[in-house]
Amino acid sequence: MLGQTLREVSAALKQGQITPTELCQKCLSLIKKTKFLNAYITVSEEVALKQAEESEKRYKNGQSLGDLDGIPIAVKDNFSTSGIETTCASNMLKGYVPPYNATVVQKLLDQGALLMGKTNLDEFAMGSGSTDGVFGPVKNPWSYSKQYREKRKQNPHSESGDSDWLITGGSSGGSAAAVSAFTCYAALGSDTGGSTRNPAAHCGLVGFKPSYGLVSRHGLIPLVNSMDVPGILTRCVDDAAMVLGVLAGHDPKDSTTVHDPINKPLVLSSLADVSKLCIGIPKEYLVPELSSEIQSLWSRAADLFESEGAKVIEVSLPHTSYSIVCYHVLCTSEVASNMARFDGLQYGHRCDIDVSTEAMYAATRREGFNDVVRGRILSGNFFLLKENYENYFVKAQKVRRLIANDFVNAFNSGVDVLLTPTTLSEAVPYLEFIKEDNRTRSAQDDIFTQAVNMAGLPAVSIPIALSNQGLPIGLQFIGRAFYDQQLLTVAKWFEKQVQFPVIQLQELMDDCSAILENEKLASVSLKQ
Amino acid sequence: MAAPMLRWGCRGRRWALAWVDGGSCHRRGAPTGSTSNRIRGQSSLAQQPLRTAQKPRKGEHKWAAVVGLEIHAQISSNSKLFSGSQVRFSAPPNSLVSFFDASLPGTLPVLNRRCVEAAVMTGLALNCHINKKSLFDRKHYFYADLPAGYQITQQRLPIAVNGSLTYGISAGKERGQVIPKTVRVKQIQLEQDSGKSLHDDLRSQTLVDLNRAGVGLLEVVLEPDLSCGEEAATAVRELQLILQALGTSQANMADYEIQRQISELENGGEILNETRSFHEKLGCTVSMRDKEAKQDYRFMPEPNLPPLLLYDATSLPTDADPQQVINIDQIREMLPELPSVTRERLVQQYGMLPEHSFTLLNEVGLLEFFQNVIKETRAEPKKVTSWVLNIFLGYLKQENLAVSESPVTPSALAELLDLLDSRTISSSAAKQAGVQWCDLSSLQPLPPGFKRSASQVFEELWKREGKTPGQIVSEKQLELMQDRGALEQFCYSVMKDHPQVVMDVKKGNPRAINKLIGLVRKATLNRADPAMIKEILEKQLSL
Repeated sequence: MLGQTLREVSAALKQGQITPTELCQKCLSLIKKTKFLNAYITVSEEVALKQAEESEKRYKNGQSLGDLDGIPIAVKDNFSTSGIETTCASNMLKGYVPPYNATVVQKLLDQGALLMGKTNLDEFAMGSGSTDGVFGPVKNPWSYSKQYREKRKQNPHSESGDSDWLITGGSSGGSAAAVSAFTCYAALGSDTGGSTRNPAAHCGLVGFKPSYGLVSRHGLIPLVNSMDVPGILTRCVDDAAMVLGVLAGHDPKDSTTVHDPINKPLVLSSLADVSKLCIGIPKEYLVPELSSEIQSLWSRAADLFESEGAKVIEVSLPHTSYSIVCYHVLCTSEVASNMARFDGLQYGHRCDIDVSTEAMYAATRREGFNDVVRGRILSGNFFLLKENYENYFVKAQKVRRLIANDFVNAFNSGVDVLLTPTTLSEAVPYLEFIKEDNRTRSAQDDIFTQAVNMAGLPAVSIPIALSNQGLPIGLQFIGRAFYDQQLLTVAKWFEKQVQFPVIQLQELMDDCSAILENEKLASVSLKQ
Repeated sequence: MAAPMLRWGCRGRRWALAWVDGGSCHRRGAPTGSTSNRIRGQSSLAQQPLRTAQKPRKGEHKWAAVVGLEIHAQISSNSKLFSGSQVRFSAPPNSLVSFFDASLPGTLPVLNRRCVEAAVMTGLALNCHINKKSLFDRKHYFYADLPAGYQITQQRLPIAVNGSLTYGISAGKERGQVIPKTVRVKQIQLEQDSGKSLHDDLRSQTLVDLNRAGVGLLEVVLEPDLSCGEEAATAVRELQLILQALGTSQANMADYEIQRQISELENGGEILNETRSFHEKLGCTVSMRDKEAKQDYRFMPEPNLPPLLLYDATSLPTDADPQQVINIDQIREMLPELPSVTRERLVQQYGMLPEHSFTLLNEVGLLEFFQNVIKETRAEPKKVTSWVLNIFLGYLKQENLAVSESPVTPSALAELLDLLDSRTISSSAAKQAGVQWCDLSSLQPLPPGFKRSASQVFEELWKREGKTPGQIVSEKQLELMQDRGALEQFCYSVMKDHPQVVMDVKKGNPRAINKLIGLVRKATLNRADPAMIKEILEKQLSL
């Protein structure tokens, strides 16, 4: 039951094969078993059980609210949840309990979904590993999968033990781990430069970033307002579409959401053939850092489309190489601005210093933010200084326009969907990952994903196959703005062709006490 | 909520200096900042001696002021600029604060339609070009009552630009003459107000009230076309009248700052780029910052608000939802009569001097009072004008009362003027001796002792609320003497008692008869008609 997709379990609920409370309890017990993954910051057990109880009543009375009624979901801990602590994995917001629900959270709850908890992330979603939050790193469930472990046994060079567990990618790594380890059926992430698609690729999930303006950001604690989009992590494309159908639409509380209605519920048709489709392969995405394995999977995917009758053409997005630098300037500038409200006065952390307001601000922010956040605030404020604004911010905005135009030109040339890798490589071990600093890692890991955010386009990462090491690899489809449904339809066809294997965690479930022991040792040795 | 004591910190706004060259050629130093506290009329001025950029010694050069004003007017609206919180004065602290106003993370601004309409209306009234596309920006500074750490304003592309404000300056030489002057309006921008900090020195704490945080402001930026405090004050007053006529703002402002800068410069001081706030108790502005360092506001486009698009009749999309769009032409049609037009109308309709029309509009409620008197009296408009502007306004000023606080109602004054008009009482009885009220069109400052010599009836009205002029006249026996026989008797007695004056009259001294008339009037306690006295005297003296 736990390994099923959202659509499957939804049908099971409707048929009475399982009750919402039973389902909720199963998920809660699995959350406890997989606690060492550190996927959740807060487990809202009481809330979830109460919601399950109400859902059960509705089912009994034949008044189910729909496909999501009674479905356990998880929400990244940068979405405001009324009455439930929302920390952004930062000291700054430890203990902060929002008095309102983010619009997307409210919409899920209105459909009867059960909120299992708030998931781990990089502090304020700044990172690509889910390693830089104040509650510690998230562990990739695939580290404990049968597929990965068997491959490792075959490799004589691999070290024994669990100290080389893998990162989930980020920053929505907690949400990815939560869905991947079967503790819930869908999770909300946020996606500013790839934060939903990147961990989806590393955790073998569908990670969907909707068009900017399609889904409300109200209540999402912002990283970069002009790029942030709530993301959806699920086990299959249909599930993502189902959740999108619930979330999409104009929100009077978010002036950047569009008024145009979308079809609801959002049901994807099954493409019979792809012969009318034109797939674009951006040549600039073939970079030397790309792992040869992913490169070959990418071209196999292109071949697949071609062999099924689709037109596959090479396209050029000439400004791609400037994208990551441009992203850095715009991202840090908005971060500097957005973080200004965290001054310790009204909510969140406040230091003990009360010599003056300025001294209080300084100490509060020094104690509240980690180095990554402070570093971005510092650069952002530098770029926004009067003397630098024209040279950095304005130029970056111009480059952003060029990047967006690159996509427009590609689509206007007849391309329906672009196909690219999501990440440079499969998930790497934590110890490997932290050899580079957050900034370097983010710049590398967002390389295929952030340009989409600058252009506001919909994009989805689809797991295609396991690497030689037994780890998931994802490919990214990018669509025209507000052609989310078309994009997902293509992704669904692709998903069906590749038949990505289900993660085999049975061993983990049976054996989690042993792993827990080992983990304790690992974390001790890390601190030294 | 409380914060550790704030030292006076920068409020994110500041003075700009505009240097002038020897007082003749004004270089246009665009003012870039200003201050916002309860009182928002602000200015900047500075100067430079001829040919040199060095600091002048006292008395070496004539100072010429360049005044550029940035006026912050609170928009009259039910809710705040970007949130649904109510706007209400003197509500309990922090009782009108939405999640957005408190800058809770994840909240987003939603633009208030009423504030946009107010800005468009004000822009049209000030002859501005209304930008069909305008943008919002963030202006960053840390302050305890600015919870987001930035203020949303319109720095790059404001809603209205390139307008003009015409105001009138009294020339002084010729009576009643008003010279029209024009100051260019650089721009009008929408922006948020901040909260309020209350500094408790005793406990070394700052208390923050966010009721005002997020209230919509119109910032009206005037080009530095004003050359003195009087011009600045008059221009601001005119703007205030316009905003009040439009109903876009209550527009409470002060113009203390200009005087301060002038005297500072005359004393050889230096005007710093600084923010000052009006201290209500001290009646002066005080410096609000502890550092002279220039603040960098790190302006940035507000990413959560799309460009503000406005339409006119030609550009309005046919399928537009009227709730979602603003039609400039429609707002133009709804504009009320502006003060300049009202004044013009008063001059045309009632034949008053332009200066009188200014006075009528400048006092809150005076125009309405005047119009109510006009409605109810048979008296000539000119008479009404002089009574309202001189006697009535004089009494108000003397006692420092607003029109609304006047003990004399428009109806009472109208009845009094009717009594005068029907010659039931004499002008002098009405004024109880002294001031030649029919010559009041000069509207000069009231002479000392005016109150004593002012209308007895009016004075009674003023003192004894509730009595009608008719009642007062009959109680005090102030009716004009109608009995010719009795008046002849008074004349006879006066001539008998003043033989020398009678001799003078007979010798042909033309002024002597006036003396006799005066004496008779005095004897009748000013209740006799001088024309009738003169006629009787002439008859009795056989002239």
